[in-house]
Amino acid sequence: MKALRFAIPLAIFIALAIFFAVGLTRDPREVPSPFIDKPAPAFKLAQLHEASRVFTPEDMKGKVWLLNVWASWCVSCRVEHPLLVDMSRKNLVPIVGLNYKDRREDGVAWLTKFGNPYALSAYDVDGRVGIDYGVYGVPETFVIDKTGVIRYKQIGPITQEALDNTILPLIRKLSA
Amino acid sequence: MRRALAGLLMLLASALAFGQAEEVAKPDPVVEARLKALGDELRCLVCQNQTIADSSAPLALDLRNQIRAQVAQGRTDEQIRAYMVERYGDFVLYRPPFKATTALLWAGPFVLIAIGFGIFLMMVRRKRAVATAPREEVSSQRRAELEKLLAERGETR
Repeated sequence: MKALRFAIPLAIFIALAIFFAVGLTRDPREVPSPFIDKPAPAFKLAQLHEASRVFTPEDMKGKVWLLNVWASWCVSCRVEHPLLVDMSRKNLVPIVGLNYKDRREDGVAWLTKFGNPYALSAYDVDGRVGIDYGVYGVPETFVIDKTGVIRYKQIGPITQEALDNTILPLIRKLSA
Repeated sequence: MRRALAGLLMLLASALAFGQAEEVAKPDPVVEARLKALGDELRCLVCQNQTIADSSAPLALDLRNQIRAQVAQGRTDEQIRAYMVERYGDFVLYRPPFKATTALLWAGPFVLIAIGFGIFLMMVRRKRAVATAPREEVSSQRRAELEKLLAERGETR
């Protein structure tokens, strides 16, 4: 009975410590996306470089592709940018940019300066398409399969770790 | 004169630019009231402890304008809430629906209160048992002993 007196608070303490420790490893900014395994929302947007040409996700049917939300004003986009450029060099999957709430000339200049990994960029000037994709921070990246279903969403910049452990294996699996 | 006119035009242009940054030119009180009520229950995804009504994040502004547009289209509060949940998940609601994933969130506090009350009751019961039971036992035993001792001494009570 005496031993229980100490064992109960100790057990409670250990349980709390475990909860807190797990909590520390989680990012509260990462909100689980309701889009996983749902069809990518349809849209029709003018392209960034050629304003007269239109892009719609329909164009990508039959391909595994990435939709990367970026902007010239977005600082963390520069962090992931070299990885995207590297990916496009290896020609793994087409990467489509969604230029989010940007000025056309700024977006074009940014790509000229840092390199353009995108097959093309759609120009979402008022962020409406961003809202339809549940974007709440830039950058965000969607992995979309051959049937146009969203299979994964990376919130925040793509890291080498996320690329190696999640995105590339998923692309390989979806392309097979 | 020309300069003054140019200056005036520039001023006008800047006023226009500011007008764009502002939320709405002519707020409709009915729409704004519904926006306020809805916005107070929706979480701003950028600054997570603020509501969409309170936040000044650009996304919150966009979403307020979305809500305005949808109110103007005659959509119900329920439809607008569904629109938000479709995009941002239950997390966007300050009062998420009760389902398997949110059960702990809703029931958790009451479970904790029940456990606390249970522990309290247990302790009260134990205290009461300590306070009442042994006294009777001791007193009857002791009384007999005392009586014996007193009788040995030839004294009476």
